[in-house]
Amino acid sequence: MIKVSFDSIFKTVLKAVGVLMLLLLAGIFVTLVIDSLPAIKATGVAFFTGTTWDPVFKEYGSLVFLVGTLLTSFLALAISLPFSLAIAIFLGEYFRAGLVSSFLKSAIELMAGIPSVIFGMWGLFVLVPLVRQVEIQLGVAPYGIGILTASLILAVMIIPYSASISSDVVNLVPADLKEAALSLGATRYEMIKKVVLPSARSGIFAGVLLSLGRAIGETMAVTMVIGNANILPTSIFSPANTMASIIANEFAEATDAVYVSCLIEVGLLLMMVTLVISMIGRYIMYRMKT
Amino acid sequence: MHTSHSNIRLRIIKDRLFLALVVLLSFAMIVPLLLIIFHIVKNGIGVINWEFLTSLPRPMGEQGGGIANALAGTMMLIVLASLIAIPLGVLAGIYLAEQKTGRIASGVRLCMEVLQGIPSIVIGIVAYAWVVISMGTFSALSGSVALAIMMLPVIVRSTEETLRLVPDILREASLALGVSYSRTVLKIIVPSGLTGILTGILLAIARITGETAPLLFTAFGNPYMSFNVLKPVDSLPLMIFNYATSPYPEWHAKAWGAALVLVVFVLGMNFTAKVIAKRWKVQF
Repeated sequence: MIKVSFDSIFKTVLKAVGVLMLLLLAGIFVTLVIDSLPAIKATGVAFFTGTTWDPVFKEYGSLVFLVGTLLTSFLALAISLPFSLAIAIFLGEYFRAGLVSSFLKSAIELMAGIPSVIFGMWGLFVLVPLVRQVEIQLGVAPYGIGILTASLILAVMIIPYSASISSDVVNLVPADLKEAALSLGATRYEMIKKVVLPSARSGIFAGVLLSLGRAIGETMAVTMVIGNANILPTSIFSPANTMASIIANEFAEATDAVYVSCLIEVGLLLMMVTLVISMIGRYIMYRMKT
Repeated sequence: MHTSHSNIRLRIIKDRLFLALVVLLSFAMIVPLLLIIFHIVKNGIGVINWEFLTSLPRPMGEQGGGIANALAGTMMLIVLASLIAIPLGVLAGIYLAEQKTGRIASGVRLCMEVLQGIPSIVIGIVAYAWVVISMGTFSALSGSVALAIMMLPVIVRSTEETLRLVPDILREASLALGVSYSRTVLKIIVPSGLTGILTGILLAIARITGETAPLLFTAFGNPYMSFNVLKPVDSLPLMIFNYATSPYPEWHAKAWGAALVLVVFVLGMNFTAKVIAKRWKVQF
């Protein structure tokens, strides 16, 4: 008798925890929306279209940060793509097993494990002086910090992620397709170009989207090297701010209620952008696997 | 005849060049990794000594001082976050493993994927709104809540995946012997997948140990030793951020030292998780 009731308690507890997880996510959404309401009321559409962020004069236009975020993330993606594709082909096609591949895999795992504040610090002390040298050579204002530096750091940070997803996908390409191409006399390069990459295309795209979602939400490394300037960037060398970095830089110091609320709305926007991108990526992955 | 022959040679050359390019680009990735490790070890190793690990930070201009407050704070944050996240995460994982279909279960699965994708700084905002605002002060507890939310998806997923591997025969044998459902789950199924669950927990801890963004306005940082969960505490990544972005070379040196400690800790945790996963792999 007692055992039966314990069973039902046990089942109820499990279910309650499941429901709690749903409530947790719902709570996160609701909290962000409610806390953004003062900002939405105060700024309205100007929040999304305004290019001036000046809390002193109560002007809150977040377009600068959206531009900064998209610019750094896409640039990082463009820089990382050749490398992550190469690793995907290396691990998924040329060296599927063996000492070399496990060495590379360990290196990737090691890289993925390094905290982002460490990347940021390394960027600040090592990469920034290097970029400054390059900028002096090029004759542009030698800030060192800025969009380019942030993108370089981001690229290094997302390579492990996109490479491991893409190499899984390349691995999934059916062997008979590849053998058919080889038996027709294709070289391995031609086989990869005409068979492997086209059939892995959507999976690689999904990997790109997932790493883009990561790059957009990345905070610390970007905050440390982007230069904290609330202006529309004019070139890839200019300092800027991303949605994540403006929150990191100003949230703890924001005093005015509308100011705090505006930063929370930036957070809400940031979450929506990342979620849409990574959900599309996950959907493509899910469709590929089934 | 001649042209087709040179054509083949050209194709073979292209093939070789492509392989060379792939190998070159793949190993280019290792360069920044080696540089990062090199710089951290080179700049950090000279800073670390017993005093650095066991004493509190001194004001600017005074010699010496260390990171004891940050080490203690990090430990406190990890323990608190684990206390919140491990029971909830493991239970939710058990629920998902037991409930293969159903509207709530698939909702929870989706929910975990969404949670995994939320940027950590946004989690920080939520913990700020929930805990800091309602208690009126930055605190270790609010930081732990943020970190616990970040641990959940990792623990839930690894628990579910491991428990799913446990074959039905074990469950059926147990139930056939008259063992109750709850005892079967708790004494047969969960212990069979314990190493997988443990791996997930270690990975989740490794993930949050280096997290800085959600702590900026929750745990906030504190230059003194504090074991009060309702007061601000420092943490290693937070201290690295504050020291590295300061204008003082002495603090930069401290940041390198703290970075070395943090990297060793995080990578050690990842390594341990991997060894556990490999050595005591759940096999049936």
